[in-house]
Formats: sequence, C-alpha cells, structure tokens
Amino acid sequence: MLLSEIKSRPTYGSLSPSPLATRHIVAIEGAGIKAFEAAFAGKAALLGRTTVVFTPSPDMPPDTLGRLEALGVDALHVSPSVETLLVRLAGLLATATMGTELSVTGSENFIGQAVAVGMAHGIGHRSIATEHSGSLARRVQCVHCKGFTGGVTESPVACGHCGLMLLVRDHYSRRLGAFMGVCIDAEAPGDIPAPEAFHA
Amino acid sequence: MSGGEDFRVRVVEAENVTPTIRRLRMLRCDGGALPPYAAGAHTVLTLETGGPKLRNAYSLLGSTLSGGAYEIAVLRTEASRGGSAFIHAAVGVGTELTLSTPVNLFPVHHLARRHVLVAGGIGITPIAAMAAELSAMNAPFELHYAVRDEALGAFAGDLALRHGAKLRLYVSRRQERLAVREILQHQPLGTHLYVCGPERMIEAVLGDARAAGWPEDSLHAERFLAPAGGEPFAVRLARSGLMATVGEHQSLLEAIEAAGVDAPYLCRGGACGQCETTVVAADGSLRHHDHFLSDAEKAAGDKIMICVSRLEGRELVLDL
Ligand code: FES
Repeated sequence: MLLSEIKSRPTYGSLSPSPLATRHIVAIEGAGIKAFEAAFAGKAALLGRTTVVFTPSPDMPPDTLGRLEALGVDALHVSPSVETLLVRLAGLLATATMGTELSVTGSENFIGQAVAVGMAHGIGHRSIATEHSGSLARRVQCVHCKGFTGGVTESPVACGHCGLMLLVRDHYSRRLGAFMGVCIDAEAPGDIPAPEAFHA
Repeated sequence: MSGGEDFRVRVVEAENVTPTIRRLRMLRCDGGALPPYAAGAHTVLTLETGGPKLRNAYSLLGSTLSGGAYEIAVLRTEASRGGSAFIHAAVGVGTELTLSTPVNLFPVHHLARRHVLVAGGIGITPIAAMAAELSAMNAPFELHYAVRDEALGAFAGDLALRHGAKLRLYVSRRQERLAVREILQHQPLGTHLYVCGPERMIEAVLGDARAAGWPEDSLHAERFLAPAGGEPFAVRLARSGLMATVGEHQSLLEAIEAAGVDAPYLCRGGACGQCETTVVAADGSLRHHDHFLSDAEKAAGDKIMICVSRLEGRELVLDL
C-alpha cells in the first residue's frame, strides 16, 4: 500500500474488470503480468473481448511474454518501450466506444502516463482500474525547467534536463502523470542530503 | 436556508407555451442584476399562495452567463400540492416573487468529448439550457426529446430551429419510442449522458447505460421529487425544543420552517443531500423517498432527508 499525507498522491487498487464492459483495453508493463493474470486468467468470455498493450520491464518474470500469449486474449500488441506503447494506446482509445474499460498495471511511472492518456480521451480517472506492481520508480517533472525524468527511484535526484538536484515531492499531477521535483539546495547551494530510495 | 442570498423579483413575461406549461420571465424588483448561472442550475421559488408558504425548485431555462433575467417553465400537474396550479392561475406579469441564488446540481461536464442529452416532457428545461450552452461552445452533442404529443412538446419547434439535425423528437402518440440502447451503442469513448424527465424514464435510461458498460461518472440525472404526502405526524426538534405538526400535504422541511427553524436545503427534491438530518427517535417507521441515502443508510434509520421523506407513525424526534 502506498500511503501519503499529500492528497494528490495517487493510490492504487486491484484490477477488477466489469462484466458489463463491451471491450477491455489493458495496458501492462512487465511485472504487471501477475495482476493481469489474477483478474483475467481463465475467464474466456472476458479475454475474448480484451485487447492488451504490453511493454517489457527489467523486473518482470522471465517467461512473461509466453504467459501472456497463452492466456488467449483477443488482441495482443507488444511495444518495445513505454513511449511506443502509449502511442498505441492512444490510437486504440481514439476509435473506442463507450462501454470500453481501461485497466492499467505496472510501475507508478507507467501507470501515471497510461492513466493520463486515458483521461486525455475523456475517461474519468475514477473509471480507470489501476494496480501497482513492480518498481516504485516515479516519473518526475522538474518545476524549474519543466523537463520530465523517468524511472526515478530515489530523492534527491538530478534533473535529466537542467541538472538541478531535485527533492521529489508527493505532490502529483494526474494530467501530467508525474510527481513534482523542486530544487533542494536553492537556499544553501551544494547542501545536498544523501539520496534515499522511495519506500512506498 | 439555501446557503445563498434571496432576491425579490417581478414577473415581466408570462406565457402559456402549451395548455399545461407556463413560462415565466423574471427580473429583480430593485433593478439590480441577478447572479449568473450555468446550464443545469435551478432556483427555489417561494410562493405565497395564501395558505402555507410553498418553496419549489425549478430548473432555469437558457443559461445567461451574463446575469440577465431568469426564466422557468412550469408544468401544471394533477398531483400538485398547489405550487404549479398557483403559478398557472395566479402568477402573471407584475406578480412579485422571492427566489434563491441558483444552485447547480446538474452541470455540463466540460471534460467530456461528447454529450448525449435525453429529456422527457418537462424534463426538457435543464436539458434545453445545456443544449444552448453546448451549442454556443461548439461542443459535440445530440439531443433526444420524448413527448406525449406534439402540442405538449414545449419548445420542440424552437429547439428544432436552433439545433436542426442534432435534435431527435419522439412523439409517443405517433408510436415513436426513444430507443436508448441504439442511441448508446456507438458513442465514442469520453461521452457523457444527461437525463431529465419522469422517474421511470430516468431509471430506464440509466439502467440501459449501465448495462452497456457506461461508468457511473459518465452518467448524470436530475430528478426533483415532490415531497410525498401522507398522514400527519408530530415532529420534535431536540436541540431547539420546538414541536410542530407535519400536515398531510406538507413536507417535514416546510413544517420545520413554519415553526421558525432555518434548516439547511439546496434542492428540496431529495437529490443533493444538503438537508440530511439525524434522527434521535422515531415512534413509527421512516418513509424514505430520496435518492441520496444508500439502501443501507435508509435501513439503518438514523438519518432522514427532511425535504421529501416523512414518518408513518406518531412522533419523530430530530437533532435540530
Ligand atoms: S434539500 Fe436536497 S436532498 Fe433535501
């Protein structure tokens, strides 16, 4: 469970596909395979209406793709990276009709971006099922240069664009799918604490 | 106590749009501006009928974001407690009334990518305002309007002129039926549905949408219920120590107001939740009529929506 005092800090549940949805689109990043299997495996009628967009992650079980293929989904799109998966997802949502349900599982970094794509296509964020699995890595936006740095596992972290050392806050933008990063040594330049890994 | 300010207004136009629907246009008596509102908002009119004061909620027609005159359309109903009959018989140009600051419990959802509007009968009033607002914003929408016969379809001609092919009219006298499932079938992702009309129609439309996999946050309905009548009973207000009798055609809220206690409300129709009141004791059984409390809360019996619900029994004690 990921808990925080900050209200914008996202929380995740578990995938629970609605039997009434006429189509399921499921975005999976590597380790999310377990969450997907738990909610969908063995349900032939459901899988027959399911389109999966998948991208691997370093922390996924070694036979993930084989397991996914064996499940018998209606359509499976494998993308080499999160970026290409998101383009594919946007393409699917652009032509989808009401009754389509979006589910997302993977790292925080991934969930945030996939949910933002869903919202940009008019799906209310409460209607998107999310389940966190695998890495606690975050996507961070530097408030100074506005650049995004992905796969951030600790704070402070150097901004991948302007190089400032950023304190990663729990403040989260759903629209951007990113946490806020603020310069940590603005008052006392060079006074940078040792980085700490995110633990939930 | 609706939260906002009340305004004295004078009726400047009164017209029977159909034999059963009367349109009123109102301006402030002191010449000041009425507050702006967005489509879907309603106002509560206080009617001095000679008998007990009646307060009824009416949807505002055509949104005036600039804050101009207010317009409402009132259906004369057989089951009315006198409010609609009073407006039809006794309210005309020059009549002065009191109305509340508008409240919007049925707003257009601006993040939606498309809007499907469904109205039945007099339910067209907020829906027509939404259509006008969406049309002004050039947002994609379609409007489905079901009426018994064309003469009763207030505004049908006007709506057809304004919205052309976006309007679909269903006249039940001509055996035309609103086919909700077909309407819902090919709507693009990100569509929102809004429905206003008779209770049975709202339930049917929402039921079909849920069955077609539409998520709750894409569904919007406006239903104002008239307070249900019933046998008179006594109400005791534990905090203020007041007693009152709730008459046969009176709501709990009206009886409490008549006793001089300013209880909170917004919709007076069982929809908003504002008037939720804690039940201290009930000698009899609660008759819940609202759409706000969950079934479990209704069964628990420790809360009541005083605008529409009542007691069947002798005495109700409220935490007021
Ligand atoms: S005033 Fe809105 S539910 Fe009673």
